[in-house]
Amino acid sequence: MRTEIKLTEDMFQPVNDNFKNAENISRPNIPFWTDVWRRLKQNKLAMVGLTIISLLAVMAIIGPYLSGFNYYSQDFSKKNLHPNSIHWFGTDYAGRDIFTRAWYGARISLFIGLMAASIDFVIGVVYGGFSGFKAGRIDNIMMRIGEVFYSIPHLLMVILLMVVLPQGLWTIILAMTITGWIPMSRLVRGQVLQLKEQEYVQAAKAMGASTGWILRKHLIPNTMGPILVNITLTVPQAIFAEATLSFLGLGVPPPMASWGTMTSDALESLFVGNAYQLFIPAFLISLTMFAFNVLGDGLRDALDPRLRK
Amino acid sequence: MLKYIISRFALSLVTLWVIITLTFVLMHSIPGNPFASESTMPQGVYENLMKYYNLDKPLVIQYGMYLKSIAHFDFGPSIKKSTVSVNGYIQKSFPVSAHLGLQALAIAIFFGVLLGTIAALNHNKGPDYFSMVLAIIGISVPSFILATVLMNYIAVEWKLLPVAGWKTWKHTILPSVALAMMPMAYIARLMRSSMLEVLGQDYIKTAKAKGMAKSIIILKHALRNAILPVVTVLGTIATNLVTGSFIIENIFGIPGMGDMFVKGIFDRDYPIILGSAVFYSAILILLTFLIDIAYTLIDPRIKLVGGVRDAH
Repeated sequence: MRTEIKLTEDMFQPVNDNFKNAENISRPNIPFWTDVWRRLKQNKLAMVGLTIISLLAVMAIIGPYLSGFNYYSQDFSKKNLHPNSIHWFGTDYAGRDIFTRAWYGARISLFIGLMAASIDFVIGVVYGGFSGFKAGRIDNIMMRIGEVFYSIPHLLMVILLMVVLPQGLWTIILAMTITGWIPMSRLVRGQVLQLKEQEYVQAAKAMGASTGWILRKHLIPNTMGPILVNITLTVPQAIFAEATLSFLGLGVPPPMASWGTMTSDALESLFVGNAYQLFIPAFLISLTMFAFNVLGDGLRDALDPRLRK
Repeated sequence: MLKYIISRFALSLVTLWVIITLTFVLMHSIPGNPFASESTMPQGVYENLMKYYNLDKPLVIQYGMYLKSIAHFDFGPSIKKSTVSVNGYIQKSFPVSAHLGLQALAIAIFFGVLLGTIAALNHNKGPDYFSMVLAIIGISVPSFILATVLMNYIAVEWKLLPVAGWKTWKHTILPSVALAMMPMAYIARLMRSSMLEVLGQDYIKTAKAKGMAKSIIILKHALRNAILPVVTVLGTIATNLVTGSFIIENIFGIPGMGDMFVKGIFDRDYPIILGSAVFYSAILILLTFLIDIAYTLIDPRIKLVGGVRDAH
C-alpha cells in the first residue's frame, strides 16, 4: 500500500539559523582545571584541609611577630608558665615563648615539607619522564636502579645520613630527598608509558596534531593530576619524618624550633603537669598532617571522577 | 614463575649489597674514628683498640673483611660495650621486637580489615563516617604523640596498665596499640575502597540474586577479593612497623632492636648502627620478596613478566 506524500511549499523553507548551530556545544567550555576546582569545592573535607593549610601558612609568616617575643630568648625566671595573657601558649622549660616558637616551628616544618616535595618533584619528573619517554633498554636499567634504592627502608636511610652529616636544616632536606624522589619517578614513568599508547593520543596524532600540542593538551594535564596528589601527600610525610628525626635528637639544631623538637623537648613536662607544652606542637603536627591528607584525597577524587564512589 | 623468583631473588641480593656498601661508606666517611675523642687513652691501648677493630687497615681491606663476615652472619663486636658482640645484641633483642611487631601487625590487620569492611557495608552512613574519622586520626597523629598520650592517661593517671618495661603481656598492650594505629588506619582506608569496588561487581549481584545469605556473600565472595590490595601493602606496613618501633621501644623502655638502634645512634656505636641497619634491611627485603611471591599464589590473575610484577 502506498501513500502519496504530499509535498507542500512549507517543507522547502530555508533552514532556521538556530538549527544550523545544533552541532555547537551550548554550555560554556570548561577548562580541565576549572572543572577540577569545581569538583574540589564540593568536597567539604578537602576545603577544610585547604583552609587549614592557608591559615597555617599565614601564621607561619606573621605568627612569630605577633606576641612581641622571639623564639630563642631564654628567661629562666619565667619558665613553665601556663598559657596566660602575656604568653598566649605559655612558656617552655627555658622560659621561651611557646606561641612564637610554635609559629616559627611552623615555618621550619612547612619549609621542610615543601622543599622535600618540590625537590622530589623535579628529580622524579625528569628521571621518570626520561625513562618512560625512552622506554626499552634504558628504561629497564633506570627502573632497576630505582627499584634497588626504593627497597632501602626510607627512614632508616635518613637516620643513617643524619648520623653522618652535620646537623642542620638542609641536611634534613637532603636526607629526605635522597631516596624520596623514587616513588615520584616511578609514578611519572608509569603515566608517560601508559598515556603514550592511549587511543586519544593516537587519534590526535592521526588528525595531524604536532608533538607540542599532544604534550601540552594531552600528556601534561593527564600526568599533572597524579603528580599533584603525590606532592600533596609527600608534604605530610616529610613533616612526619622531620618530627620523628627531631624526636630521636637528629632534628634541627637548637635554638631553632620545629614542631618535632618542641614535642621531644616537652615529653618530660607531660609527667609534671605541663601537658600544654606537648599538646600545642603535637596538635599542630596532627592538624597539618590531617589537612594535607584530606586535601590530597580530595584532589585525587576531583582529578579522577571515575574513582569517586 | 621460577624465572621470576630467581630474578627477583637476584635483585634482592643486589639491593642488600647496595645497602651494605652504602652504610659502610657512610659510617667510614665520618672524620676521625670512635676512639679519637678519648684523649686520655694511652697510645698503646689506642693502637691495640685500632687493631682489634681492624681500624688500622686500609678501607678497601676493611670493606672486604666486613663483607666476608656479613656473609657469615657475623656483625662484629660493639664498640662502646666491648664485651658484647652485635650478634649477641641482635639475638637478645630481635625476639622482643618481633613479638611487638607481630602483635601490632595482628592488631592492625584485624581492626583495619574490620573497620574498612564495616565502613564499606554502611557506605555514607554513621559507621562509615566513624571508621573514616578514626582512620584519619590514625594517619594524622604521629605514633610518638599517641604513645606519650596513651602512656600519660592510661598508665600514669588512671593506672590501668603498666607504664613501661617488657615483662608481662600487660606491658605489651600500650606499645602494640600505639605502634598499630597508623598501619591500621592505612589498612582500613584501603580495605574500604577495595571493598566498595568489589561490592559493586556483577558476581556479588548474582550471589544476591540467587538468594545467598548476606554473611556468606561478604565472607566468601567479597572479603576474599577485597583483601588482595591489603596483601600488596604488607611490605610497606612491615617497614612502617620497623621504623615505628625505633620510637615506641624508646618511649616504653622496651629492650628490643629499635631501642638498640636508637641507643647506638646516641652512642655513635658504628658496628651496632651498621649491623642493625643491615639486619633490618635484610629482614624487610626478605619480607617483600616473600609477599611478592605469596601475592602471585593468592591471585592467579597476576602475570609474572621478567623481573617485575605486572602493573595493576
